[in-house]
Amino acid sequence: MDLYELTLHELQEKLHNKQASSEEIVKAVFGRIKDVEAKIQAFITLDEEGALDKARKCDARGDFSSIAGIPYGLKDIICSQGMKTTCASKILENFVPFYDATVASRLKEAGGVLVGKLNMDEFAMGSSTEQSAFFPTRNPWDLDRVPGGSSGGSAAAVAACEIPFALGTDTGGSIRQPASFCGVVGLKPTYGRVSRYGVVAYASSLDQVGVFSREVRDCALVLNIIAGRDPLDSTCVDIEKPDYTEFLRDDIKGLKIGYPREYFQEGIAKGIKDTVKKALLKYEELGALVEEVSLPHSEYALPAYYLVAPAEASANLARFDGVRYGRRDFEAENVIQMFSSTRAAGFGDEVKMRIMLGTYALSSGYYDAYYLKALKVRRLIKNDFDKVFNDFDLIVSPTTPTTAFKLGEQTGDPLTLYMNDILTVPINMAGLPGMSIPCGFVDALPVGMQLIGKPFDEGTLIRAAYAFEQNTDYHTAKPDPGVM
Amino acid sequence: MSKDFETVIGLEVHVELKTRSKIFCSCTNEFGAKPNTNVCPICSGFPGMLPVLNEQVVDYAIKSGLALNCEIADYCKFDRKNYFYPDLPKAYQISQYDLPVCKQGYLDIEVNGERKRIGITRAHLEEDAGKLVHQGTISSTTFSLVDLNRSGVPLLEIVSEPDLRSSQEARAYMEKLRSLLLFAGVSDCKMEEGSLRCDANVSVRPYGQEELGTRAEVKNLNSFKAMEKAIDYEVRRQIEAIEDGEEIIQETRTWEEERQITRSMRSKEEAHDYRYFPEPDLPPLRISREWVERILQSLPEMPEKARERLMEEYDLSEYDAHLLTLTPDYLAFFDECTLYYQDGKIISNWMMGELNKLLNQKNMDIAECRIKPAALADMLKLIDEGRISGKMAKDVFEEMFETGASPEKIIKEKGMEQISDEAALGTIIQEVIDKNPGVVDDYRNGKKKATGFLVGQVMQATKGQANPALVNKILAEKLNN
Ligand SMILES: [Zn+2]
Repeated sequence: MDLYELTLHELQEKLHNKQASSEEIVKAVFGRIKDVEAKIQAFITLDEEGALDKARKCDARGDFSSIAGIPYGLKDIICSQGMKTTCASKILENFVPFYDATVASRLKEAGGVLVGKLNMDEFAMGSSTEQSAFFPTRNPWDLDRVPGGSSGGSAAAVAACEIPFALGTDTGGSIRQPASFCGVVGLKPTYGRVSRYGVVAYASSLDQVGVFSREVRDCALVLNIIAGRDPLDSTCVDIEKPDYTEFLRDDIKGLKIGYPREYFQEGIAKGIKDTVKKALLKYEELGALVEEVSLPHSEYALPAYYLVAPAEASANLARFDGVRYGRRDFEAENVIQMFSSTRAAGFGDEVKMRIMLGTYALSSGYYDAYYLKALKVRRLIKNDFDKVFNDFDLIVSPTTPTTAFKLGEQTGDPLTLYMNDILTVPINMAGLPGMSIPCGFVDALPVGMQLIGKPFDEGTLIRAAYAFEQNTDYHTAKPDPGVM
Repeated sequence: MSKDFETVIGLEVHVELKTRSKIFCSCTNEFGAKPNTNVCPICSGFPGMLPVLNEQVVDYAIKSGLALNCEIADYCKFDRKNYFYPDLPKAYQISQYDLPVCKQGYLDIEVNGERKRIGITRAHLEEDAGKLVHQGTISSTTFSLVDLNRSGVPLLEIVSEPDLRSSQEARAYMEKLRSLLLFAGVSDCKMEEGSLRCDANVSVRPYGQEELGTRAEVKNLNSFKAMEKAIDYEVRRQIEAIEDGEEIIQETRTWEEERQITRSMRSKEEAHDYRYFPEPDLPPLRISREWVERILQSLPEMPEKARERLMEEYDLSEYDAHLLTLTPDYLAFFDECTLYYQDGKIISNWMMGELNKLLNQKNMDIAECRIKPAALADMLKLIDEGRISGKMAKDVFEEMFETGASPEKIIKEKGMEQISDEAALGTIIQEVIDKNPGVVDDYRNGKKKATGFLVGQVMQATKGQANPALVNKILAEKLNN
């Protein structure tokens, strides 16, 4: 096997046993990127020189603890000191932060080698990465198809073996959905588990940073590094952080798994339902107790999400006014014109639509009917989950209603596109941890299974995901972008 | 003012809290630094930045609330107030909308000898914006510069009930509020530096009418005087309008200092829709009763308590005691002085008299005064010891004020010491008697007033430094022998 094909933990072993140097690994990774990137287009920014430099320093130091010497990528919404952070938007096209997001600095301090910044839907608004202001990313399993979104670049790059792991963000499914479409592991931790400092905000009460990897073990390793209290983020909770690798035990006997009736209804492709049900049988076989449960308010999650998220976004994105950084219309005659022409030229249609939606929902006279009501729905959704978690350890469902769709297929109708998030959004609304792992294929396209846990119980997700992975071989299947 | 109409005023006061750092980041909170030197990615609204609440700000808010007899909320939260302006980096201000940190307080004012209680509706925390620096005037400038030093400075907005009935009461309210906040030690309350700002909601209504009239919010009140004038102008304008049969419209007006008028800025219809919603980046703030208790214990003596104490301990008049307790610095000066000199009344007289006069002349604060309380006490002792006269003391005091030198040093250097040496004075007096036999005869023939001339001659001979009491005594002895 080539070095670029190895997982994070396999690379750790190579480095430890001196079977490979960090420089060799990084070179292999860039070799792979050169081979496939023209087709995948996962990266907005690549920094080969910087990565090689860091790799050589790692080799010279000879300390290969944690992720030292191992390459990775960041979704381009995560600020990286000295490296462009664009949010795939023209308004930040040339923005170079002089600070690192907490997650970026934690990976940096652990010795990781940042390869580049990954494509996404503009400001994380989208489910296909087609909303990138620069170019769409392709699904490595079928280049005519989308990788999902908004963290499509992260998912595609990991699936195409361009990097062993990447970080993304998930506001309504932006990690789990692309992980599912690309056949990789994607974890969205509990809201408050990982710092949001330095991560450009889309919807602050829903956004969470998470991990893409090809195997569950890698996900646990990276979560160990990025999780935990951050004094710079008041919503990042000071709750004990376990060693997540301790959950990598192939044993789920007695684990109580509920599968929600509402997540297997019409609108979910039959092939997907069947695949996930088969996976549930596997869990039963492994000793878990599997039962149907109900989350009665599920259908309200999506409409409520499309009030809460745009409302917060309308405020979060207001700072892009051309005054201090980013794009500015220098031709404007006055400041009001500068604001509006800067924003008119800087934001894409989807972003503008969500800003308008959110502005409307917060307007005086509409607040109670929309935003406030959405918050109440949110509470009901959370209560649904709480109730189920009184009796169950884990909830399992499909991650997405369909497998990856074709580019351009869903750009016309936003409502169809929004339906992609129907199975993932409730988890963000309830602030719970969610994970998508490969559980099979339909028509040669990967299917993801979503695991949903109790608040701050990422451990159980990792345990269940690991057990499934160890007893199946879906994770070993690799796409062939047809380049070699 | 027409006697048919009653004036109704409510004040919204913004106070800058003088915490060490800003409200949501660790930048230094100071006035007067070079533009954009106290800034960081958080207070300049960079992508991905998050606010973290400064605990000292909450301490100060609780302190202020207690000083204003407010209820301190045990649960409050922050909200976003959205509007675009180049000096507002995030394009929203983090404020408190429906759950403020303090509510339902009051303060007592006194106008024309009458005491009145003014309700305080609420006091809430928010962050200040930066400021724009225009090249030239705002209408002629081709560009503006943004200074974000002030962005993120903690503000407490204190909203009064519409309980004030005249500009005089409004001024008394502002003075009292300022005094309370100064005593609580939460702000330096300098209107000229913008650490104390005030907007006035002004309306009028016919006497006896329960319902409030339509109000105008008057902004840009940069001094107590501007506030009084603006309110008076606005009341006049509204009454005249009503008497002319016009309708008052709800609007925001600004005080134009040069023209001494208020001018309409925007009507209610044009008012911003701030689209408040809960700030998702900050968890709700819970304030335990222990926290409030701890702050209560740390609260210094408030002016009303101090006033009672001064009246009781030093037998001061209510008026003097009131003036001495206007600012904590003033009171501290007095209190320190009483450590070295027993008679509070005399100290008070000097502070009210000479000291105030000089401070006003120089437009100075007592904190900047070069005379220290111990030095004033030393000077007062010199008077008591007869080493200087009360009249000379005024010159000494002025010199102390100018140079900061000790009174002892001043009278030595300037040869100002009073001549209290009986033998020396005896010789001088004898000379005067010898030179003026006629006057002495007049005296001995019953013209007692003649001593006045002789005392005058002695003073002239001693350049005014003779101890007058001693001169009188020795002269009487000599003349009556
Ligand atoms: Zn700052």
